[in-house]
Amino acid sequence: MFPRPIQQSSRGAQTTYQSLIPVVLLLWLAPLLAVAFFSIKPGADFTAGNYWGMPSSFEGAENYGKVFFESDMPRYLLNSVLITVPTVLGAVALSCMTGFALGVYKFRGNLWIFFMFVAGNFVPFQILMVPVRDLTLELGLYNTKMGLVLFHVAFQTGFCTLFMRNFIRALPRELIEAARVEGVAEWRIFWFVVLPLMRPAIAALSVLVFTFIWNDYFWAVVLTQGAESQPVTAGITSFNAQYRASYHLMSAGSIVAALPPVAMFFLMQRHFIAGLTLGAVK
Amino acid sequence: MTTATLPDTHADEGGPGWVRRNRMRLAPLMFLAPGVLFFLVYVIFPVLESFQISFYRWDGLGAREFIGLENYRELSTDPAFEVSLVNNLKWLLLYLLAIPGGLFIALFLNQTVTGIRIYKSLFFFPFVISQVVVGLVFTWFYDPTFGLLNVTLEAIGLGPVNVLGDPRLATYGIIAAGLWPQIAYCMILYLTGLNAVDPEQVEAARLDGAKRWRMLWFVILPQLRPATFIAFVVTIIGALRSFDLISIMTNGGPFGSTRVLSFYMFEKALSEYGFRMGYGAAIAVVLFMIMLLFIGYFLWSMWRQERMP
Repeated sequence: MFPRPIQQSSRGAQTTYQSLIPVVLLLWLAPLLAVAFFSIKPGADFTAGNYWGMPSSFEGAENYGKVFFESDMPRYLLNSVLITVPTVLGAVALSCMTGFALGVYKFRGNLWIFFMFVAGNFVPFQILMVPVRDLTLELGLYNTKMGLVLFHVAFQTGFCTLFMRNFIRALPRELIEAARVEGVAEWRIFWFVVLPLMRPAIAALSVLVFTFIWNDYFWAVVLTQGAESQPVTAGITSFNAQYRASYHLMSAGSIVAALPPVAMFFLMQRHFIAGLTLGAVK
Repeated sequence: MTTATLPDTHADEGGPGWVRRNRMRLAPLMFLAPGVLFFLVYVIFPVLESFQISFYRWDGLGAREFIGLENYRELSTDPAFEVSLVNNLKWLLLYLLAIPGGLFIALFLNQTVTGIRIYKSLFFFPFVISQVVVGLVFTWFYDPTFGLLNVTLEAIGLGPVNVLGDPRLATYGIIAAGLWPQIAYCMILYLTGLNAVDPEQVEAARLDGAKRWRMLWFVILPQLRPATFIAFVVTIIGALRSFDLISIMTNGGPFGSTRVLSFYMFEKALSEYGFRMGYGAAIAVVLFMIMLLFIGYFLWSMWRQERMP
């Protein structure tokens, strides 16, 4: 193990280390903790210039209540859900199939198609912006959730294919060969043999794609406007414009906007990290 | 007498027999078709179309007018483009600090003490939050009147600094905000990598008297190469995609000093300054060409790995 386990050091070093971690963590998260602190203060504190002193009263419930009941925030949150969940389903379904095709079959151009997905996945968004916006307008999907979902599914398929294909490659080939010898149809091999083995990859990808899409801002701004279809990342800017200088409400709004992926991460931590670090060890 | 002849099923006439015989060739096609189709329509063709649009003058609605290389000629004398390009280089270079930063925190946390799992998750926290919220959080962090940064500076007797209001500092301030989640990402990559380091090699090196920096450099880092490669890939992509933070924190200002190519492109093509789709596409093409250098390198590395047994 590297560095040398702290247990092999002196008693003093161990205590220092153990007390140092929370301090470093506090510093690391300080900008965020500050916002959380702001979000429970009453608005009067800010007009009085009391930014960092004790809150004159605890107004957490009041502030968050305002965010949930007196603003468009619930609507933006719902939009985010309605954009994110179909994208996850679509991208995972498509990439299970492409990953299967590229991971199992040997045919000419296999590696080229694979590299097309990988390369496309690295492309800067801006080169897609004008044509994709144009296409979405032509399809009559500008400013709809559907327009965003279709693009996200397509783009995420690149990353997901990379992930799925490498995962399927690592599965034991004998299983598939044995099924073929038995005369099992290819789609049945996919459905009954390979898909059940892909469960961990599907879980990992779902969590990752959920976070990526939930946090998307660029495409939300390019393809939507207004509260009826914008997700929360774009909505928070309108929210802030509405409550300009009300730091207690803007802070509470930011916390609410950030929360769903955070909850997802803590609930599905193992899968999340497995997905993120795929390939980090050989 | 009529002889009832069964219809002769030729091999290549279609039908279930043909499907059965060619199933190993058909199956991958069927599985690939939907994904490839989507990807072509929304990713590959748009890239090519952007190249095409960059040779036109177009407001996004009316007719396109072919003007050849005029957009690129204009770029070469556009001072805002130059600022954006220089800022992109700053992003690329400084963003790479996330790699040693992440390694450093990973080494600090790679211990087995009580509660370490929770600590690791909490250190990773900034990566899960959207860049929009990171941008807001850091805007307030830098605020000259009440921001945590200036409160701290004041406490040690230093004057207030308006990071985002100062054209010389603003870009660095945004990059620092971007480094926060990026360091977290690199940290988690290295933590996973460190987990897989071969303990026998470490012990052997220890017996040979290798310590700290020498050990890290000659024994640990070579084993962390896959993690470093991925950290490098995601950091480069992150640096070139930077848009959210700039849009939230400064909106390109003050005086356009924090623009990068991706932001300037958006501004030219979609913002109130007029819909100059052709000019925007030309900026995007330049950004794409920079990215292409890296994409080429990534694919080449992957291709070498594929050929290894």
